[in-house]
Amino acid sequence: MKSFNIEKIRKDFPILNQDVNDNTFVYLDSAATTQKPISVLDSIEKYNKSSNANIHRGAYALSIRATEMYDSARKKVKDFINAPYVESIIFTKNTTEALNLVAFSYALENVSRGDEILVLISEHHSNILPWQMVARKNNAKLKYIYLNDDYTIDMKDFKSKVTENTKIVTVAHISNVLGTINPIKEIIDYAHEKGAITIIDGAQAAPHTQVDIKKLNPDFYVFSGHKMLGPMGIGVLYGRRELLEKMSPFLSGGDMIEYVEEQSSTFAELPHKFEAGTQNVEAAVGLKRAIEYLEDVGLENIKKHEMKLTEYALKKMKEIPYITIYGTEDIDKRSSVISFNIDDVHPHDVATILDSYGIAIRAGHHCAQPLMKYLKINSTCRASFYIYNTLEEVDIFIEGLKNVRKWLGYGS
Amino acid sequence: MDLNSIYTELIMEHNTSGHNEKQLENPDHSERGHNPSCGDDLTLQFKFDGDIIKDAAFIGHGCAISKASTSMMIDLIKGKTKKEAYDLVELFIGMIKKEITDEREFEKLKDAFILQNISNMPARVKCAVLAWHALGESIKEDV
Repeated sequence: MKSFNIEKIRKDFPILNQDVNDNTFVYLDSAATTQKPISVLDSIEKYNKSSNANIHRGAYALSIRATEMYDSARKKVKDFINAPYVESIIFTKNTTEALNLVAFSYALENVSRGDEILVLISEHHSNILPWQMVARKNNAKLKYIYLNDDYTIDMKDFKSKVTENTKIVTVAHISNVLGTINPIKEIIDYAHEKGAITIIDGAQAAPHTQVDIKKLNPDFYVFSGHKMLGPMGIGVLYGRRELLEKMSPFLSGGDMIEYVEEQSSTFAELPHKFEAGTQNVEAAVGLKRAIEYLEDVGLENIKKHEMKLTEYALKKMKEIPYITIYGTEDIDKRSSVISFNIDDVHPHDVATILDSYGIAIRAGHHCAQPLMKYLKINSTCRASFYIYNTLEEVDIFIEGLKNVRKWLGYGS
Repeated sequence: MDLNSIYTELIMEHNTSGHNEKQLENPDHSERGHNPSCGDDLTLQFKFDGDIIKDAAFIGHGCAISKASTSMMIDLIKGKTKKEAYDLVELFIGMIKKEITDEREFEKLKDAFILQNISNMPARVKCAVLAWHALGESIKEDV
């Protein structure tokens, strides 16, 4: 295993080295978006200073260079997730757009009246709303899989809800609220056995764990660049090639065509069929560099480091009597996301008070309102750790938590 | 950021006292105020006596700032005409948006004047104005 040097990593992220509200900045919101290392920022700058041109359109050196850089980013993504074909990698704006692409281009055409779509209750809105749309338009039924008492997926409930009418099973690889790692291999295999296709939202997984498409064998797998040290504005849709080939384009326009006549058109081959208009080439270049950074550090090292922080934080938080943690206690089934509440204090107030100490956490419903309703809560606080966080930062966070209630007039 | 200027005694008192947080019997009008991005969800209830806001209260859930702001607003508008209340809504929102700068005007806002500091905290502005927007919606047709 490669060595993991936190001091060196910290130096790669200049944004972390600043004071916020007169305190050392502690960034614990990487589940929302990660910070970018210098190498990613430099790669985008270098691209813009030396190679920027519209891809596939120019019969000149710069356009060809930009096209090659874009294609090379696609190849990097393919290798990163061990996908079988480079044509199966579609660049989108983000995870949300990737899921919408599947909903509009696959589901609307393949889900009929009476069919069922199965969704996990802890899904992010991006993996709920597109399916509500499909169910509404095609008179299909949207069914939810619920959780065990320890916040993990209830596999019995899942299996009992997959019927011969189930056309789509869609779950997150890792929950953005509970941090639960879902047993997606088992879910995918079972869904396939029953004839359903599977869509996996990997937004919270791809940055933290090795995703092996050949091994997992999902029909669609989606994630975002900005949650894995890359730029905002670029996401990835992996799709099984034979499905993508049969699907209609999601957006129509420039560059996704073969021949265009006055009344009809034919479309370009994969992956271009799904990439209409000018693409975010600089973000693709940045994403490639981000993947290289992750590979240099090693995903195993990243996982080990962030779980060391998570275990330590959980232990310290459990010692504080007025904190409730939402998520499994089984460290092997969870990621570096910790959702919690402080008795009698609204999460937004917790976030504001921690912010005054320079600590950035997320507070709210985390775009998972059905989960909040299911758990009978309105919102939670969420701290999430990544490659660049330290044990010292966890200590600062814990000290901050201990002060929250005092600000709201409680004794401790 | 000075937390003392935000979580003031007055805000804490309004947040915890709950004197305006209750269900009104047979309200004449209810208005839901909702911040979809954060999940704060408060419903204002009113009893009117002609043009006068005879009673008001709120139910639902929200953070300390949104609940305190709602409570302060209710204390302020009870007994006022709809027009007077609407003017106060405009004054409050103008203060938070920093569009109105005459500090003497703000005295009319009584306790709610203390929320002026929130205008320096863009992340929490929506908490402070939630109920005021809902009140404005409730009475704008009548003023």
